[in-house]
Amino acid sequence: MRGVELFFRKVKTAIAAIMFVTVMSGAAGAAGEVNIYSYRQPYLIEPLLNEFTKSTGIKVNIIFAKKGLIERMAAEGLNSPADVLLTTDIGRLTGAKAKGITGAVSGTEISKLIPAAYRDTEGHWFGLTRRARVVFASRDRVTENEISYEDLADTKWRGRICIRSGHHVYNIAMIASMIAHHGEAKTVKWLEGVKANLARKPSGNDRAQVKGVYSGECDLAIGNTYYMAKMMLNDKKPEQKKWAASVKMLFPNSGSRGSHVNISGMALAKHAPHRDNAIKLMTFLAGDKAQKIYASVNHEYPVRDNIKVSGLVAGWGKLKADPLSLNKLAGLRKRASEIVDQVGFNDGPGS
Amino acid sequence: MSLAYPFGADAIGRNIKNWFARTGGEQLTMLSVVFLLAVLLLPIMAIVWLSLSPAENIWPHLWANVLPSAIADTIYLMVGVGAITLIVGTGTAWLVTMYQFPGRNIVDWLLVLPLAMPTYIIAFCYVELFDYSGNLQSGLRALFGWQSARDYWFPQIRSTEGAIFVMSFVLYPYVYLSARASFLQQSICVLEVARTLGHSSWGVFRAVALPLARPALMAGVALGLMECLNDIGAVEYLGVNSLTIAVYTTWLDRSNLGGASQLASVMLIFVILLFTVERLARGRQKYHHTTGRYQPIPYVELGGVRGWLATIACTLPFLLGVALPAVVLLDGVFRFGRSSLDAALLWSVWHSFLIAGLAASIAVSLALYLSYGRRVLPNLFMRIATRLAGFGYAVPGTVLAVGLLIPLAAFDNSIDGFMRNSFGISTGLILSGTIFAVVLALAIRFMAVSVGAVEAGFDRISPNLDAAARTLGETSTSTLIRIHLPMLRPALGAAALLVFVDSMKELPATLLLRPFNFDTLATHVYGLASLDQFEEASLAAMLIVLIGLAPVLLLHRAIASGRVGGVSHERKPGIR
Repeated sequence: MRGVELFFRKVKTAIAAIMFVTVMSGAAGAAGEVNIYSYRQPYLIEPLLNEFTKSTGIKVNIIFAKKGLIERMAAEGLNSPADVLLTTDIGRLTGAKAKGITGAVSGTEISKLIPAAYRDTEGHWFGLTRRARVVFASRDRVTENEISYEDLADTKWRGRICIRSGHHVYNIAMIASMIAHHGEAKTVKWLEGVKANLARKPSGNDRAQVKGVYSGECDLAIGNTYYMAKMMLNDKKPEQKKWAASVKMLFPNSGSRGSHVNISGMALAKHAPHRDNAIKLMTFLAGDKAQKIYASVNHEYPVRDNIKVSGLVAGWGKLKADPLSLNKLAGLRKRASEIVDQVGFNDGPGS
Repeated sequence: MSLAYPFGADAIGRNIKNWFARTGGEQLTMLSVVFLLAVLLLPIMAIVWLSLSPAENIWPHLWANVLPSAIADTIYLMVGVGAITLIVGTGTAWLVTMYQFPGRNIVDWLLVLPLAMPTYIIAFCYVELFDYSGNLQSGLRALFGWQSARDYWFPQIRSTEGAIFVMSFVLYPYVYLSARASFLQQSICVLEVARTLGHSSWGVFRAVALPLARPALMAGVALGLMECLNDIGAVEYLGVNSLTIAVYTTWLDRSNLGGASQLASVMLIFVILLFTVERLARGRQKYHHTTGRYQPIPYVELGGVRGWLATIACTLPFLLGVALPAVVLLDGVFRFGRSSLDAALLWSVWHSFLIAGLAASIAVSLALYLSYGRRVLPNLFMRIATRLAGFGYAVPGTVLAVGLLIPLAAFDNSIDGFMRNSFGISTGLILSGTIFAVVLALAIRFMAVSVGAVEAGFDRISPNLDAAARTLGETSTSTLIRIHLPMLRPALGAAALLVFVDSMKELPATLLLRPFNFDTLATHVYGLASLDQFEEASLAAMLIVLIGLAPVLLLHRAIASGRVGGVSHERKPGIR
């Protein structure tokens, strides 16, 4: 029991420490800071933020979570400490605007830098990078060098496709783009066809699908392009280089409307306490230096055409992006998600 | 406070007695419990409130396409996990309590460790090992020259059965700990009488020990089942379409938080039904002991092969829950250990300790207050209150966190508004975005864990002891301190341990409610794991287990010394 008492004594000290820290953090409203709520992992944006702090002296504070940050900002309302929201997926950007937690940014350099197709008309959100959803095909077992999303429902792929959960945001956006181009009825049929072609129940993450091709479980894997770069360059886990080497990247529909792209982006918080710093950060992220870091470190496609992609990414061929309006895409997400349920996509093949 | 005491079923009749007939002490106790409950149920009330304004009616779609299979899958998952955790937890606890076999003292605490493993990490490890692309199947294919999945049969780890397996071997310690504490406190007299009356040792277990431990066992199983209901990480990774998945898709893919809250509320009703059924099945049986006469349990020596079989039986759950997955993690630790050990990681360790320690002390204190309140005032209200206090555990983590941040922020904003209007000063957010919010969320989430363990402890203490103490002039408070607390030590220890370890690995609430630049081991692991860099998260994941080990070791003695044998009757001569 003495150990327990000792433990509780330490806890008491800890409580005092917390009180102190809490009071201090409450007081931290001083200039020279900017607060980010991020749906993106800090590791991904760290190089960017370090660069920002280095050039401006503004300290960056960050909270990362994959779910609920928009709800948190909404609840905190007027007193929310958030200045900038960073997120992947167009659905979350339009969702943030719809919730009324974003502020309009106009008359700044940002809207000049970012092409109109990748920003909100009223300046409530801005795209930063594009991510294409492509097909990774087995080098050994797939002869085709071209493919379309429509082809994925072709019976010749029976039992040969690996994909993550149909409900994942990346897949939802892809399915939404199918609805936009073909209508609901055709999309349902198409998704049923894809489901029948699955090699296994949708599960795991994007890399796990490529690993499935490597091990022979399937011949086609659906995934985002930058995962390829991460596998190819994975010195820490060299076996992933073998996974990457076993597949070729096919940009779907490159002969027609182009490949489906989603974006990652940013929004200014409506009640940003450090509004000026927030604008500085957003301008920085849209600027040349940051866009180059996105291209060279994360191997994503910058939203700005005049920024070169990394050499590695360039080697995969030119991305022809589906010009479908992002707002339209976002509006179809709900239907896409319902169709995933309707065809029982996640139950896997043969169900 | 009234001395009228729960001497039987007639005590229940007192519920109906009107409020004004109660003494001031009783009224005060009940009022404080109402307040406590209001705080503990904040998130759930917020969820119910949210569910009143859905963006759209979710039910036609869900009924047509989702619920039939999701309900079936969820029930299958719960039944599977319930059965396995019950058998494994109870069986190992009985062996460790009653028998002496090689390595017994070591397995006693090894058996608790799987609880420190986040389920989604274990799911990942098992996929790495047993998936088609995993080490085992790749090896088999190379060995036998099989070309594809059609050449051989192998169980699919990405399945509901896979999830049952993974979750069972992470969650059985809930049953083990409560069963162990329960067996330890069973009077040897009862067991000996059973032997005298001609029962075999198996017969004693089946006919006496098991029925006596039933409340404790059920409490343990209930925790495992609630965890099944709220889990998202493991089921998502293993491709199980549970109800919780439907909650998240409704919320995130269809931007319908209200609809998601409705579904979560319905799941809660499901849990309430589960509890009620168990309660009804238990009926009016009483489980406390009628004698205060205890002796150290004379261990039965299991020699030779039988001893080793017991060792194997008790090591296997640990191997499956920790050791085997740890092989995958250790590989990562050796490869990336040095690169991932940095100041940020050390801060995470400290933060984890801090929030888990605070959450454990709060959750156990509140559980003690509620459970003792129920013991002193055994009316319907108090019984429902203790039951309700634990409901946070059945709600999917992020939904619970959203449910908490809404009332907290509303509280902060209304104080801020008042201060602005009256004094022109802005107080900003006082509670939101602080460690307090995180700790409160953890305490609410794991109240079920601590209430279950503490209540089971109280259940085993005969009310005769209370009556005797009160007759001898002790107040209800001094009875608690002088009589109950010493006897409750194992139960309190187990409760604190469980909440601590659970809080260490808790992810969704910590993730969403934390302050800026605040990482715990669990969020650190998640940050890497969600980038598909599980390997680099290995060190942090192993640290969760190692730190989980510290309180296990610390409290193990308290739990194991829970046989109130030998000395106790000398200290309290009046009680015999």
